[in-house]
Formats: sequence, C-alpha cells, structure tokens
Amino acid sequence: MTRITVNVDGVEYSDDVEPRTLLVHYLRETLGKTGTVVGCDTSNCGACTVHLDGRSVKSCNVLAVQADGHEVTTIEGLAETAGSDGKLHPMQVAFHEAHGLQCGYCTPGMIMQACDLLKENPDPSEQEIREGLEGNLCRCTGYHNIVKAVQQAAAAMATDQPEPAREEVAS
Amino acid sequence: MSALSQRPDDAAVGLTVPHESAALHVTGAALYTDDLVGRFRDVLHAHPVQAPHAHARISRLDPTPALHVPGVVRILTAADVPGLNDSGVLGDQPLFPAEVMHHGQAVCWVLGETLEAARRGAEAIAASGVDYDPLPSVITVREAMAAGSFQGADRHVQRGDVETALHDAAQVFTGETEFAGQEHFYLETHASLAVVDESGQVFVQSSTQHPSETQGIVAHVLGVPDHAVTVQCLRMGGGFGGKEMQPHGFAAVAALGATLTGRPVRVRLTRAQDVTMTGKRHGFHAAWRVGFDAEGHFTALEATLTSDGGWSLDLSEPVLVRALCHVDNAYFIPNVSVRGRIALTHKTSQTAFRGFGGPQGMLVIEDIIGRCAPQLGLEPHELRRRNFYTAGQTTPYGQEVRHPDRLVRAWDTIAESAELDTRRAEIATFNASHATAKRALAVTPVKFGISFNFTPLNQAGALVHVYKDGSVLINHGGTEMGQGLHTKMIQVAATALGVPLHRVRLAPTRTDKVPNTSATAASSGADLNGGAVKDACEQIRARLDAVDDGAGLAWEDLVAKAYLARVQLWAAGFYRTEGLGWDAATMHGHPFKYFAYGVAAAEVEVDGFTGAYRTRRVDIVHDVGDSLSPVVDVGQIEGAFVQGAGWLTLEDLRWDEGDGPDRGRVTTQAASTYKLPSLSEMPEVFNVTLLPDAHEDGAVYGSKAVGEPPLMLAFSVREALRQAAAAFGPPGVSIDLASPATPEAVYWAIELARSAVPATPVPYAAGPAPRDGSPAAGDVEPVSAPPWQVQT
Ligand code: FES
Ligand code: FES
Repeated sequence: MTRITVNVDGVEYSDDVEPRTLLVHYLRETLGKTGTVVGCDTSNCGACTVHLDGRSVKSCNVLAVQADGHEVTTIEGLAETAGSDGKLHPMQVAFHEAHGLQCGYCTPGMIMQACDLLKENPDPSEQEIREGLEGNLCRCTGYHNIVKAVQQAAAAMATDQPEPAREEVAS
Repeated sequence: MSALSQRPDDAAVGLTVPHESAALHVTGAALYTDDLVGRFRDVLHAHPVQAPHAHARISRLDPTPALHVPGVVRILTAADVPGLNDSGVLGDQPLFPAEVMHHGQAVCWVLGETLEAARRGAEAIAASGVDYDPLPSVITVREAMAAGSFQGADRHVQRGDVETALHDAAQVFTGETEFAGQEHFYLETHASLAVVDESGQVFVQSSTQHPSETQGIVAHVLGVPDHAVTVQCLRMGGGFGGKEMQPHGFAAVAALGATLTGRPVRVRLTRAQDVTMTGKRHGFHAAWRVGFDAEGHFTALEATLTSDGGWSLDLSEPVLVRALCHVDNAYFIPNVSVRGRIALTHKTSQTAFRGFGGPQGMLVIEDIIGRCAPQLGLEPHELRRRNFYTAGQTTPYGQEVRHPDRLVRAWDTIAESAELDTRRAEIATFNASHATAKRALAVTPVKFGISFNFTPLNQAGALVHVYKDGSVLINHGGTEMGQGLHTKMIQVAATALGVPLHRVRLAPTRTDKVPNTSATAASSGADLNGGAVKDACEQIRARLDAVDDGAGLAWEDLVAKAYLARVQLWAAGFYRTEGLGWDAATMHGHPFKYFAYGVAAAEVEVDGFTGAYRTRRVDIVHDVGDSLSPVVDVGQIEGAFVQGAGWLTLEDLRWDEGDGPDRGRVTTQAASTYKLPSLSEMPEVFNVTLLPDAHEDGAVYGSKAVGEPPLMLAFSVREALRQAAAAFGPPGVSIDLASPATPEAVYWAIELARSAVPATPVPYAAGPAPRDGSPAAGDVEPVSAPPWQVQT
C-alpha cells in the first residue's frame, strides 16, 4: 500500500492504495465518484476522462499513485472548479441543450475532453472539434449533436469571457 | 384520425424537450447499475471461469483451488442451483454447463470479497480445477451448412410461382451474399447487483431491456415464484438489443450468490468478458436467384437465408422471421420463395441487435440490386425506384403496404433537397478527371414493419399516480437505454392529463410496479407503453372531469376536490395493439401495425490505391409519423445511421476460424481491435429531416416508432462504396462487395472492377432450383470475376 494525497474536485483526500490501482478505480470505489465511468478497459473510449492538473487524461490509463500531489477534476466537480457559483459549466449546458447525449454513458468523458479542447483552442473549427474528440467513443448519438454542443459551448464561452458559466439549464 | 392518434391543442407531445435525464448525465449524477455498488455494505464480487475451448465436455470441475485463495468466499456451480439450471426460456442455455459450447463460456463463477480475489480464485480453478475433453467444433456458417449443423425451426415465406416466373423472366441472376455480425458495444457492459431482504425477497438491479424476463429467469433458477423476485432497471448505458436476452444469466448468478451467502452480489463484466460471453448480431449467408422482366421489374426471388445462430437458439427464431419479412424491403416482388434456417455454431449465442433480422433480410435484396443493376443496364437508383410498392400491393407474407406514397414523397424530397441530379453530374465530371480517386452517390429506401412479429408481445402496462398536491408520478413497463422513451412517456402523460411537463415525474422501471412486460425492443417502446400511459391518464382524467363538471377548475384545485370527494386518483393503464394477425407456421398475415419509411442519399470518395474512403455527405428524410419528441427522434436517426454504417463498413468482427488451440475465440475483444465508428468517420455533411405530414392513425398521438428503422438507411453508404469501386472499371460490371466494406474490402472491389472486361448483359436461363441453398449447377455468376471472387 502507498499513501497518496490527491485533491479531487476541490477536496483533499489522503488514502492508502495499492500501487497498481487505476485512478478510475480510486475515484469510483474509494471516493465514490461514480460520475466517471469505465467503458472499454483499453483506453480507447474516453468514457473515464478526467482532468489531471487541468489536462484531460483517460483515468483508466493513469495510476492513482501518479495523481499523488496533483489535482483531479471529474465531471462531478467541473462546475465548481470552473468557479461557476453553483451553476453548470457552459459545456454541460450545451450538451444538455443540444441533445448531445442519449444513454449518457459517454457524456462525462466527452464533456471533460471537450473542455480541454476549448482550453487549448477556444474557437475550434468543426474539423478541429472532430479531431479533438476523436479519442472519445459514443455508441448512441452518431456524434452530430456532440459537435454541435461543443460549438455552442465555444460560442457561449467566447461571449462570456472573462466570466465563464453564467447560463442556467432550461428544463 | 383515431382516438389513439388524435392530439389535443397545446399538447406536450411534439415539443422539443431535452432528454429527461440530461441534467443528471451532464453532471455525472445519473446512476447506472454498477454505480450502486458503493451504496451497499459487504458486497461480494463475481468473476467467471471461462472455458478455453469452442466445444468440449467438462470432465472434471473442482472448486477447491479457488477456496485456497485469500478473499474467495464461495464458488457457484451447477450443484448450487435449487431450481432450473438455465439462463434462457427455451431450455437450451444452461447457466452452468456440462458441455462447453463456445470459447469463453462461463463454466462456474467465483465470489470474492474483492473483484481481485474473485479473479484470482477463477484463475486458480482454470489452472488446476477443471479438465476438458475437446470436441469437434463448427465455427463458420459455411462449416455449419456443410455439416448440416442447424437448430430451431426452418421458415418459408412463399407467394406465387417462382419456378414459372424465373423461367419466363427476361433476365435471371444467381449469387451468394454473405455478411458479418456486429458487436453491440453498448458503452456500459452487463451489470447486475442482487440483494436479499429479511423475508427472502430477492431484489436485482440489472442493466436489462427486459426486466420481466430477467425476473422470470432469476425465479426459475432460484426455484421460487416470480413474486419472490423484483427486478429494477434504473437505466442502461446503451442496449441496442444486446440487453434483451443476455442479462438474465448474469442477474441469475448475482441472485444465486446473494441467496446462498446472504450478502449483496455484484456481477459486472469487463469489456473482454462482455465481448467473449454475450451474443451479437447474426451474420448471414444467402444464396439467391432473382428474375427481372424486360423493364427491370422484379418478377421472382428465390433465396435461402442461413443465419449464424451461435450455440443456442436465444432469439434466433424471431430474428429469422423478421429477416424473412424484410427481404422485400421497399420493393414489390410478385413471386417469392424464401427459406430461412438457423445454423448452430460454437460461438456466442447470437441475439437481438437493433433491427432484429430486418437489416439482414434487407441487405440481401439491396445487395442483389446493387449487383444486378449494372447487368440490367440501369442506374441502381432507377432500378430501386422502379420496384417500389404501389398502393394496394401486398408483401410476400400478405400484408397490405399502407402509405407507399410516403416513401415516394421522401424519395422525391431527397432528390430535390440533396440536389441529386446536379451532384451526379458533378461526380461524373470528377470521376472523368481523376484516375486514382472516384466518387459515387447512392440513394436507398427503408420500409420497416413495426410491432413484434409474435402478436402476444404487443401489450404493455403503466401505473400512474396523481398525488393530492397535483404532482404526477408515472411508471411503465419500458426501459430507458438512451433512446428517450422516458422523455416521451412524460410528454404523453402531460398531454393526456393536460398538465405542464414539470408536474410529471417518472419512476424507474420495476417489475413490482408493472408486471408481465414485453422487452423494450422492436422499436415498440413508445407505441406500446405510450398507449398504456395514455390509457391510465385518461381514466384519471375522466374521473376528474366528472368532478369538475364543466367548472374549469385549476388542476391543483380539481385534484384536491376530487380527493375530498373520495375519487380514485391513480390508475393502471393497459394497451394492446389492435388489428394484428400472424400465422407463424405459414408465415402469413399482417404482423405489423404499420411501416416506417425513410430514404438516405450518401456520397463517398474512394482512394484507388488503398480502398480508403470518406463519406462526403449524407442526406436523410425519415418518417416518424407526427413526432412525439423531435430532437429525440432526430438523435435516434443520426445514431442509428452511424451504427448501421459501422456494421456495414467498419466493424470487423473476427473469430479464430483456424484449427489451432484458439479455434473459436473472438479475436476482436476490445475497441483496440474492433473498429467502432468514431468522429473521424462522420459524414462531412449530415442533413437529417423528418418527413412532414406523416400522421399515423394506428399509434399513440399519431407518432411512429424510430429506434430501429433508420439503422438501415446506412445501406446508402455501402451502395455508394460499391458504385465508387465500380467507377474504377468499365461500365456495366457487377461488383461484389464484401460486408463489412472495410477499406480492404473496398480495395478488392476496386481490383475486381479494374480487372473486369466490359460485359454485355446476357440473359441466363433458369436452371433447376437450388434446394440446399447453393446456386444450382449450370448457373453462372453473370460477371467475369477473378478467381478469389468465384464462390462456386
Ligand atoms: S474506460 Fe478509459 S478509455 Fe475506455
Ligand atoms: S450517449 Fe450513449 S454512448 Fe454516448
């Protein structure tokens, strides 16, 4: 067992883990962060995507010990971490509104990956969105609305600067 | 307009509303079955011991080695089953087998304090606790045909006089079509979690499309009545048919473990386990003869379809029936004799997959058209259009094709909106000036029958509560797998009760709320459960209207008044689809309430060096009746199309067919080797529209089912690839394109085109009918094909 200290979604955790524990299992089983899911086991699907120090990683492909001393943001802490004051992150709003989800299983990973994409490239072309999300699989939507959602979020975030995340979900 | 289909003003159906769980999905709060594990104490984890043979007798099974592994709590074997050792309903799917029937089959399960302990225990048994006597195996459908390895009932759809019609036909073609199955690859693998309460009641949370059947099978494995088992499905991370029949065994293992240990038991498959243990879409082989008159109208079709059923019957019989009922697709064929049979192979138990045999049947006729059109000297789209059903015509199984004009309308709409004529001219110019790249545009229709073929399944129930404060809770028998069924049901309830959407809440699907449900399958979820929800709501509405007596009270006041007047504020709803009739023995009747129609036009560009291709543009017009929920429906169409394109062009499911020690093993066990559609294969331009003015009299609020039909719109991509490959050769050459049409397959099709000699159409005399499914001697493939393409 190895002691790790990780800041997950703004909260500091210290736990003993086996060195071979995957980050995704640590998040799900030790911390109960079930918003991050496992789809493929082979780092192909991206359903398990989280941010490690602000950059997207596939958490089934990262060891929990590698996160020791680092910051992890999951879908559950995305809105909070973005300082959105209890409101959803614009990317979450966009996936909700643009029907960028069906079964929802790929959604957390898609959103986390899309946020990372916009961080690098706030105004991506459709082609750049497709390339940026290529490592995330969705078996339901046919991707069309996912691309639209990212475009919508990019537009919302551009007009929102420098104060992100002011929309509320209309439901 | 019927009472069922008529919409009130201000209806909540037809509104664009987000998915009912969207807010939960975007925050990660939505729960799937395996997310619940952390909410229970002392959960045991189950791990299977998987057999390393395609076919073998188990000569010894000793669980002792696992019991020495720390953390192993219990081994589940056949000896532990108090009831029936079967995970299906037909008695041919032992949960703990004595004979291994496919590579990777679970022979027993190990329960551990951790998944790791259970896995090590299973490894210990695999290493020294189990011996096998390998037996000869049948892996491919051709091996099964040669060995006479079949299962279940043969079926035959028959109309008219095929022999005479083929004899009199202006042209007769004969050929074989063989195509692969498909792995569901729902992103959430199979999962079950079972607990037993103090009274012995078993509660199973399962990722299942068919909770009632899961309940029944858990009960018969445990040897208890159905009422002692409750199954709940919160939601699924995708189902696509793969969770219609396959979850039952896993739920039974969890329930058995829970009853024997008194602790919660979790079964959650890894991806590799899911791929190697659960059934897939059936691959098929078809041998056919087809006749055309001088104008290119079908005169006759004779075919033998052999589905690759895998090791047990599962849903193979109804899948085959649906395949036979869709071999006509949208085309009138006056004389038909199509036989179907199910091969028994030592593979996973092939099962339901979106379309349920329909796509397989339709692929046969679309392949025939794609191959024969050049020989007939007709453009494929012209050949297709010429053979559309017209009003008053019936299918080979005797059902009148209602509203064939809608298909024509969709076809004409696409021609105009997608500017097909202009683009065909542009493509011709492009192809003339490019030697190493070719483009093509194909347009294909879909006609898909809606209702379960087996009439008794077309029933559903619902339970609707109105609470004293006016809030509404609905339950129905359908399950949510992303298709938006729950969203639509909330809209139906709000419409029928006349309340705003936010007053209606939906509770998870459970067998103790609505019993005896049919699977959420056959695209029928909204039709059936919508009918039942509407019925329940209308009962309540009628009682409330009597209380109101024309006063026009506000909803909350009316409900309060009704409660004080001791009026029942809840109701159980029921729906059965009227007007169906089907004779399974003769394969005749009107099994479908209606047909759903659609048309797709796809343009591709193919590289002549590698066979690599991209989809430049796709246009779809699809008929969903009067949509219950437009964004949900458009999303279904887009997703189904892409999934169909995956089956037909990318997803290359491989089994070890060699004679080595791994014979029968699935070799594509992960997304690293099994190519799923990703963002990079998306059509560059993708336009989806709903067919307007498409009210359907026979379904709830005038809507039509949408889950499966659009999958078959993807034939347009396959046919475009065939035409693009053909463009590398001389005109008039029939191109045989393998399925899936991977870049490699397209490359071989290009080579076939390049090596072809320009052919003049030659009529072929009809020979004696092929009785064994193979083309009759004397029949000639009307193509000069290179040796690797000649099949007989
Ligand atoms: S589970 Fe991590 S990439 Fe699929
Ligand atoms: S919404 Fe189901 S996998 Fe993407």
